[in-house]
Amino acid sequence: MEIVRSQRKPVADGPPNLSLYRSAPPLEVRLEDFELYAIDRLRVLKGISDGLSRGKKPEEMEKMVSELWRANMRHQDASEVMNKDIISHFVLRLVYCRTEDLRKWFLSMETTLFRYRFRLESPESQRMLMAEFQLPYKALSNAEFESVKDKLGQVARSIGQPSNAETIFFKVPFEEVPELVASRRVFLLKGYAYVAMNQVVSLVVTQFRSNLSKALVLTNRKWTSTIREQEKERLTPIVEALSNSYLGPDYSQPKEFAEICLKDIDQLASNSFPLCMRHLFGKLREDHHLKHGGRMQLGLFLKGVGLKLDDALALWKMEFSQKIGTERFDKEYAYNIRHNYGKEGKRTDYIPYSCQKIISSTPGVGDHHGCPYRHFSEENLRAALGKMGVGGHALDDVMDKVRNRHYQLACTLTFEAIHAASCDTGINHPNQYFSQSQKILKSRFQPTT
Amino acid sequence: MTKEEALVERDGMQIDGGGPESRQVRAGPAGFNADYLKIYYGKLFPCADIYKWLSYGNDGKHPACDHSYFGRREFSFTLENDIYVRFQSFNNANEMENAIKEKCPFKIDFGPVYSVDPAKRHAYAQAGNNVFTPVERELIFDIDMSDYDDVRYCCSGADVCLDCWPLMTIAIKVLDSALRDDFGFNHILWVYSGRRGVHCWVCDARARRLSNEQRASIADYFRVYKGGENNSKKVTLTGPVLHPFLARTYTDVLRGFFEEKLLCSQKLLESEERCQKILELIPDESIAAEILDRWQGNRRSSISKEDVNKARWEQLKHILQTGKQKAQGLRRCVEEIIFSYTYPRLDMEVSKHMNHLLKAPFCVHPKTGRVCVPIDPDNCDDFDPTTVPTLSELFEELNMSGMRAESENEWERTSLGKSIRFFRSSFLHPLLKSCKEEMESSYSAKLQQSRNSLSW
Repeated sequence: MEIVRSQRKPVADGPPNLSLYRSAPPLEVRLEDFELYAIDRLRVLKGISDGLSRGKKPEEMEKMVSELWRANMRHQDASEVMNKDIISHFVLRLVYCRTEDLRKWFLSMETTLFRYRFRLESPESQRMLMAEFQLPYKALSNAEFESVKDKLGQVARSIGQPSNAETIFFKVPFEEVPELVASRRVFLLKGYAYVAMNQVVSLVVTQFRSNLSKALVLTNRKWTSTIREQEKERLTPIVEALSNSYLGPDYSQPKEFAEICLKDIDQLASNSFPLCMRHLFGKLREDHHLKHGGRMQLGLFLKGVGLKLDDALALWKMEFSQKIGTERFDKEYAYNIRHNYGKEGKRTDYIPYSCQKIISSTPGVGDHHGCPYRHFSEENLRAALGKMGVGGHALDDVMDKVRNRHYQLACTLTFEAIHAASCDTGINHPNQYFSQSQKILKSRFQPTT
Repeated sequence: MTKEEALVERDGMQIDGGGPESRQVRAGPAGFNADYLKIYYGKLFPCADIYKWLSYGNDGKHPACDHSYFGRREFSFTLENDIYVRFQSFNNANEMENAIKEKCPFKIDFGPVYSVDPAKRHAYAQAGNNVFTPVERELIFDIDMSDYDDVRYCCSGADVCLDCWPLMTIAIKVLDSALRDDFGFNHILWVYSGRRGVHCWVCDARARRLSNEQRASIADYFRVYKGGENNSKKVTLTGPVLHPFLARTYTDVLRGFFEEKLLCSQKLLESEERCQKILELIPDESIAAEILDRWQGNRRSSISKEDVNKARWEQLKHILQTGKQKAQGLRRCVEEIIFSYTYPRLDMEVSKHMNHLLKAPFCVHPKTGRVCVPIDPDNCDDFDPTTVPTLSELFEELNMSGMRAESENEWERTSLGKSIRFFRSSFLHPLLKSCKEEMESSYSAKLQQSRNSLSW
């Protein structure tokens, strides 16, 4: 039996609208739909990715996801809605199963999508979904509840939730709810986490994520062993095109400004580096040292803007040797720089960090990497922006975005203030900041440096 | 007299008083050399115990033993001239012992257990997707004293002394109790890193099988101190009450250490600069000014008998915690200050990923010559890094008793004996016992299952 619900009642009792995507649908799909559905779903996932990198809060994400879903995943034929969901999901599995990075991105976006869709379901259908996952957890017995009641109340108060004697709790191995453990939103005792009913989304999501992760590895195996060859004429070109067209450039190969010279680098840093990189570069010049996280973030960025390996080695050596001597530099640090350029070890050509990655990093003691808009105190950020020449109204606007945790928007506003030009695309990547800045500067009347 | 001068004058008096020089573990050569090291590996390094440990029961005769297990563990050697040799593996205790004796590494690191023999990883690389991948790894923690440089005034960088070591004692107490009580782990090994910190190895089967995401969640559970050089306030406690783990940590460990030890031993409120640093953690400027005012008044009210740090701390607490300060943020301030100055600072990256390397216990630190001995978490207050045996001391002890007949366990005759006995009785033996039990129960479960599937 299949019940298709009308779109006008997105939250309704009865069977959930949400699929667990257990198995590929035994449906016939027209080739155009194959591609169109996938593109629609990609728009949703891409929107989620942007939202995450802007540091949106859960409530904002929930609203955004439901809007994105409504805007892109409709179908004029109501009976097709569920099918569109399932088909698009399975097509993108094919597209995104093919490398570790693609899998990681897809897994993370699909899981986020599932999380917010689950939250929008009614309690009734949430329970049905839990049952569908066959989660083996039983509600806490009365006696057990009594023994930990105080602690559960303490946790609830610590996260600003009313502690309610009526709440049902589940006792699960802590491994099942990593996100609740990470943010200390559960009570832990002897390896068990006490999960409240309103937190079960975490349990379900973990399950969803682990199922999908395993499935993606299997799909990849099938793809490389049979599908790619069998579908060489038909699906393969579509699949390969889909993953490229929507992930955006990776900036691993400098394109537009093919090379930069060591002698220009200070000039470029003050004109066209985003604040995070200006700061790291300044610290490198000042302290003649950067810790690992800083070396990675700045080093890969410089690679991306076109600093050749030899020049990179010269730059780092010039600075580091002032503090630790040439010999220690050659021994301890040169390897890592060559490694970044894919000349050592696994020989992977590492990709410069995106804003999302930088924003989610966790700088520790002595570290200068990370996103200044997120990781600087307000005072330090104001001072740093002042040095870049951002002041007055513009500065207030930037700080306003920071307070609302729109770090990339804050960076975009900084860009606009400095260049006196608009940046409609927004800043998503430090290397994008650099290349847009160069484009603007080069198009202007400028005295050569 | 201006306010600043008043503070400075008071400080001058205190500093002139001076305290007894404390012993320091100096970074620098301390009788470390390759010849001694060779003898150490030959006679003292507990190879057999290390093999037993890292085999986790798989070296036995039980049908459930995985005989490839030990051979899939990565070892990495750092040789004399800083040559780094990764991805070594050994099939048995003999191979490992011979390699260590022959190459005499200045440092040995243990990596994860991989899906295939790491020495043969290239052969599998052709096979395609991710065949060579870490599958098991102890949950590890690395705490380094140089990360505490902004809250200790006795030494900095690689130096440690008995005045700052309590910061490590705190870290051991806080993590050890939470790993046991909250996460339910039992087989935990604490090790002195040989110079300026401690390492922790959580070896329960459950810990070894954690995914990277799960490891990260544990590291984040412990993360209160948010570093970053450009962020002035490193600890922010939110919510009307603290999570039970933090509340317990605060009352059982942090508060006592701060008020009874560090406040005075580190002279945290003695100079103007240090006072200012603590006042910066109070978000309300007028309250901070009020406290400063009170402190400057101290001079007149001749409390010279009492330690100035303690007196100032009591005044600060009084102002922040008395009824007048209704705002919750300010009441929380006392806790935030104590957390900032005492709470463990973990190297997060080490704990988050399976494939991080960590120096093996019982290595000798090349800069200090000290052996990386286990620390008993139940008696960690008594641990003294300045009395940890050094390579040259051990060498002398061996020479002194050299007349006696060569026994099998030469370490019995040295000050390392105590550490090895502790390693065995408190860590290795209980660990192997539970490995065996687990192996038997999982084996019988499997047998049961296959019986069931046959009886259809």
